[in-house]
Amino acid sequence: MTAARLSLFQAALVIARRDFVAVLFSRAFFFFLLGPLFPVAVIATAGALGGSLAETGRPVIAIAMASPDREAFIAAHEAVVPRLGSILPTIVPLDRPVRDPQAELARPGTRWTAIVSGTVQAPVLTGPAEAIEDWKGPVAIIAAQAVHGGEPLFPAVALTSVSTSTAREANGRIRTAQAAQTLMFMLTMLLAGMVLSNLVEEKSNKIIEILAAAIPIDAVFLGKLFAMLAVSLVAIAIWGAAGLGLAALAGKALLILPGPAVGWPLFFALGTAYFAMAYLLLGSIFLAVGALANTVRDVQTLSMPVTMMQLLVFFFATYALSQPGGWAELAAMAFPFSSPFAMIARAARDPHVWPHVLALAWQMLVVAMLVRGGATLFRRRVMKSGGSRVRPWAALARWRARPTGS
Amino acid sequence: MKMELGEQVSHGNTQAPLAIEARGLVKRFGETLAVDGIDISVPEGAIYGILGPNGAGKTTTLRMLLGIIDPDAGVRRVFGHDRPHEIARLIGYLPEERGLYPTMKAVEAIAFMGALRGLPLKEGRRRGHELLDRHGLGHAADKQIRHLSKGMAQTVQLLGSLVHRPRLVVFDEPFSGLDALNQGKLERMIRTLAEDGTTVIFSTHVIAHAERLCERIAIIAGGKVPFAGAVDVARDRIPPQVRLETRVPDGPWRQALPQGAQQEVAPGGSTVWHFALPPDGIEPLLRQLIASEAGILSLSIERAGLHDAFVAIAGEAAARALDSEQAEEMPS
Repeated sequence: MTAARLSLFQAALVIARRDFVAVLFSRAFFFFLLGPLFPVAVIATAGALGGSLAETGRPVIAIAMASPDREAFIAAHEAVVPRLGSILPTIVPLDRPVRDPQAELARPGTRWTAIVSGTVQAPVLTGPAEAIEDWKGPVAIIAAQAVHGGEPLFPAVALTSVSTSTAREANGRIRTAQAAQTLMFMLTMLLAGMVLSNLVEEKSNKIIEILAAAIPIDAVFLGKLFAMLAVSLVAIAIWGAAGLGLAALAGKALLILPGPAVGWPLFFALGTAYFAMAYLLLGSIFLAVGALANTVRDVQTLSMPVTMMQLLVFFFATYALSQPGGWAELAAMAFPFSSPFAMIARAARDPHVWPHVLALAWQMLVVAMLVRGGATLFRRRVMKSGGSRVRPWAALARWRARPTGS
Repeated sequence: MKMELGEQVSHGNTQAPLAIEARGLVKRFGETLAVDGIDISVPEGAIYGILGPNGAGKTTTLRMLLGIIDPDAGVRRVFGHDRPHEIARLIGYLPEERGLYPTMKAVEAIAFMGALRGLPLKEGRRRGHELLDRHGLGHAADKQIRHLSKGMAQTVQLLGSLVHRPRLVVFDEPFSGLDALNQGKLERMIRTLAEDGTTVIFSTHVIAHAERLCERIAIIAGGKVPFAGAVDVARDRIPPQVRLETRVPDGPWRQALPQGAQQEVAPGGSTVWHFALPPDGIEPLLRQLIASEAGILSLSIERAGLHDAFVAIAGEAAARALDSEQAEEMPS
């Protein structure tokens, strides 16, 4: 064997391969994949419950007119429902005369909230004040139709459709941009945390010294980052395939969004690249935090500010979306941590490609600097004999208390 | 201060080139001066011991020599390279804090450690099986590390540090945590490595291991190296001790004994005297004793042990620290 050493990327590949295989075939990864099922299940359950409650809460109006007005009113209701739909209340015919609607509404066990009595020419609506104000219009329309009879009173509207309009397209693309930003943010937050726990686990396994003795720490950091990125992409592919499968089973697209300005293929490519950059940026910060932390408690203490910062960055990028061409958008594109989010939004709205080349180069540069910084921090603060615990706040206090001047 | 490297050190009967050369290494952690100007020269093919109590700076020194951390001052060279990572393929390392991935299979762990040093994984697995078989662990090759005993896991890690056939192996406290049987096996393994031309450096706070294995040692105490050189030279820091047994306790011959000679009564009623070998040797004294009819029953000259040398070189406090650590560490 020659003495030539592994290059930085060869060394990183050794680490990445080990981490990728170890994480991918672990039980933890299987449960991690199931993670998004829980919020989806909660949302689906809440939606179903909401729909059921909405159905239960729909107003029911009793028709207490004498025959044949009662039949005429019900026939008119059926005639206008296809045109007016959900703005009309549900109606129920009463097959007995009601002398006192107020007493009927007060009777225990009654399931209607209002009663229409009188005649179709002069209907009387009895019910709670705030409700009858809303329903008097629909009741009047049904009564008018009942008086008129036959075909609906209002004419059919002829429809001429166009593929899109400029204003609608612009609004639609903002929706696409928002959706892409939100999805990317959620995936980044969900997946970048894995890097943190991975490094802490490495330190608790005490294997880090073997790695540091054989290859540069930069390679360890790079390897871990890229392994976790690859694991994330596998997770996204699995979730995406599962989503598409469900959509196919459901027989319709789960999400219909207007096409982005750069077109869907490039948008997906840029989305992948910006996700990778957002992941690497956040992951490299988490790695540096992991280098300082020795215990899970340290990790929680140190990662909280990073998580909050990332949340602020996301809000900033979202705000920048509402200020196209303004200082906020420029700042969001330039600030490394918001740049991937701002740029994917720009890809949805603007067809130019060159800003993406610049942005990706800039983001890569920052990732490289952060990895180098994290590695330096690791070497300086952690690899010392006795494994003394690093207390960042105590270090900060010492730094503040240091003598100033010469 | 300019550091000069490029020295050769007498090793055995030859002037061996140096595997490791360090001059004036300094390392500070915050306000703690962990290593304070250490000089070490390790000839190729030697078994070299770094001896000192815990906290003396042994691990920090080894980490600097291996490039895990950089010194604040001083220079180091491993096989002539001042960046040890550049010749990682030539070095094997067993750190003091043993660690392996718990869910990795034993043979995979060995192959992975080889891959870190540039050995292709396939070849690493092949050699891993070979090494495990040779050390009686063939049955554990496909077992996960977490299912192995502590001693077996430690052996796996040791084999992982050797799988790429390094020219230099560095063991940090390799005997720590091993039972007597495995300590013996490790001693034999170290000798075999040296016989094959591999340079072995190990740190220890157990003097007996260094005394049995090493030709050269560095004694570290308080971040400094008060002695670095051949074990024989360290022992020679203390004059050999003379043990003289006489039939009677007194007589005119007693005037010939050096001042400070210690006297004790042996179980058979004879008298035993202990004193340092006089600077002019034993022969003049022996002539006087015979001439004055001292009634010599026996006379022996005992060379100082490494422990005595350590006390003389590093001081009583360091020796006491070392003794208490050895007492904790020695296998029952």
